Amino acid sequence: MDVSIPVLAAGIAATSAPLIFAALGEALTEKGGVINLSLDGTILLSAMTGFAAASATGSVWPGFAAAAATGMAVALVLSVIGIWLGQSQVAVGFALTFLCRDLAYFLGTSYSRTPGPQQLAAPVPLLSKLPLVGPIFFNHSLIVYASFLLIPLLWYFMYHTRQGLILRSVGENPEGCWARGIRPRLTQTIYTLAGGALVGIGGAAFSLAIKPGWGRPQGCEGIGWIALALVIFGGWHPLRVALGAYIFGLLQISGILLQDIFPTLPSQIFQVAPFPLMIFTLVIIHFSRNRQDRWFSRLMALLSGSPPRALGRSHQQE
Amino acid sequence: MTSKYTITLFTGISIGVLALGAVSLLLFALNISPITVVQVMSAGSASNWMRISHVLSIWIPLLLCASGLLLTFRAGLWNIGVEGQVVMGAIFATATLRLLDGQAEPALVLAIAMAAGLLGGGLWGMLAGILRNQCGVHEIFGGLGLNFVAQGIILYLIFGSWKRAGMASMSGTELFGRDLWLSVPTGWRVPPISLTIAITAFILTALLLAITRFGLRLKAVGQNREAARLFGIRPDLVSLLGMMLGGGLAGLAGCLQVTGVYHRLIPSISSGYGYLGLLIVMLAGYRAVPVPFIALFFAALTAGSIQLPIVMQVDSSLSGVIQGAFVLSALLVHGLNQRKKQRDKQKNKQQGAGN
Repeated sequence: MDVSIPVLAAGIAATSAPLIFAALGEALTEKGGVINLSLDGTILLSAMTGFAAASATGSVWPGFAAAAATGMAVALVLSVIGIWLGQSQVAVGFALTFLCRDLAYFLGTSYSRTPGPQQLAAPVPLLSKLPLVGPIFFNHSLIVYASFLLIPLLWYFMYHTRQGLILRSVGENPEGCWARGIRPRLTQTIYTLAGGALVGIGGAAFSLAIKPGWGRPQGCEGIGWIALALVIFGGWHPLRVALGAYIFGLLQISGILLQDIFPTLPSQIFQVAPFPLMIFTLVIIHFSRNRQDRWFSRLMALLSGSPPRALGRSHQQE
Repeated sequence: MTSKYTITLFTGISIGVLALGAVSLLLFALNISPITVVQVMSAGSASNWMRISHVLSIWIPLLLCASGLLLTFRAGLWNIGVEGQVVMGAIFATATLRLLDGQAEPALVLAIAMAAGLLGGGLWGMLAGILRNQCGVHEIFGGLGLNFVAQGIILYLIFGSWKRAGMASMSGTELFGRDLWLSVPTGWRVPPISLTIAITAFILTALLLAITRFGLRLKAVGQNREAARLFGIRPDLVSLLGMMLGGGLAGLAGCLQVTGVYHRLIPSISSGYGYLGLLIVMLAGYRAVPVPFIALFFAALTAGSIQLPIVMQVDSSLSGVIQGAFVLSALLVHGLNQRKKQRDKQKNKQQGAGN
């Protein structure tokens, strides 16, 4: 396997693309104070509907649209029960995780291991010819370019627009917003749906571009949990969340490379290894937060943030 | 976080109608007859004693996992690490059987294996608890990480140190000698001893929660950690004990899967029963009494769905769809009930003000 730096970096950019969509979608939702725990199921279900719609129409675009709609539909269920009826968002999210997963396998059987359309690499003219930068950034499928664009867009939206300010205020203090004439539940619903759509697109990015095809298992199982952990890892900040997604991509790629170096170890070990590594990164962040004296902890303080204050609590308006 | 619901007959019926109605609509849309599905699934789970005892063999791990989860939920914890706890219980039990095979009476070896299973699951639960208390990792993520670690360990053992002579495969380790199998009467598919253990464990858990001081402490910690601390309870210690006990019961389930069902270690030893246990306890409204009945219903769905692909080319994951639909319907119905109560209260208040 060729392991030159540009190839490696391009590989990371591509593998991380679906995760970027899912994790940033969840960051958008959680910034408004709502936890959508159903990610693992939503990604799988939207990967399936995306692939099915693309197969039926012969084009990937209806696939992405169907996947976004699926993500929104799941988010709508969460919004109704978790925001408007005030039930535990964690409980609803859990139930949805398992329901969506089984629904995906149940509805997707007829598409299992069938050929379907997929998004191929579309090199950007001229730019892809640049040395180093060209192969890393400009020789991907369209969904990967979209993932690059999404990161600054979401950051700008959250921190430099009025709507973004409203979103963050609702996540911090819904009662205060209610008093100022903002409707917290409506705002939360809008961004839960928007976040769900992004998660859905992430699912389709798997089945239509990064791991094309549908089957059981599809290969994206478990990624939803990683996306949820990344939002915490990234301290609810889109740029840091994206950084986390790329680190996870690096872990996944190095798993494949290490497999070549240690052929005696079963390959399954390398497939599961990035998941615990990611989780235990959270432990390190926690421990370094309490120490103020070292450069390491300063670096970590830069990387971590605190959760929206009203996260997971549904606003009870009179 | 985990508010109890009172399930009256009416809410129970509306949950069932809602869940089954939604699934039936889905089946109609796919041109599958729900009536045939019901026939196939009920025949697949209850047509003869063999099949009923198969349902019971699924009921056992579900009941054990759900019992453990009752404890952790009572302490306000989302013990999603239950899957890994089942796996570690199975690994510890297998290690014991491999180590002591032929060294002692088979009955004694099996008894030690059960203690080892309890210990394995308990340790894994304790680890999630420590991660939560000492390292600030929410138990959902700590538990998930540990699930993946347990999955890595079991794969490593099956494909590495414990691989079958000549070849390693997903079909698992070498079968144990018959003397190390829990005995099953002819015509049964479930060892009576496993049934006894599961039922005893459930009753003890229910009693622990209902009448002991520890049960009360778990509840206090689950409802308000700070207030519990003011009453001289140590919340970290109590929730850690809850995690250990809950994990131990899950580990026991893993041990019984090894000694009573598969007679070897397989990669998918937990079969997702831990996660299913979470759904069961949620549907039971985090209360003990409905758990065995819901677990039995879920076990019947899981067992009955095995026939679906064979008889009518329908994927067996339909059982998971039905189970998920039930839990979601319960949350919806409970939410609607609460809203109605709030509205009534407000109306009364307004009328009171008018007078």
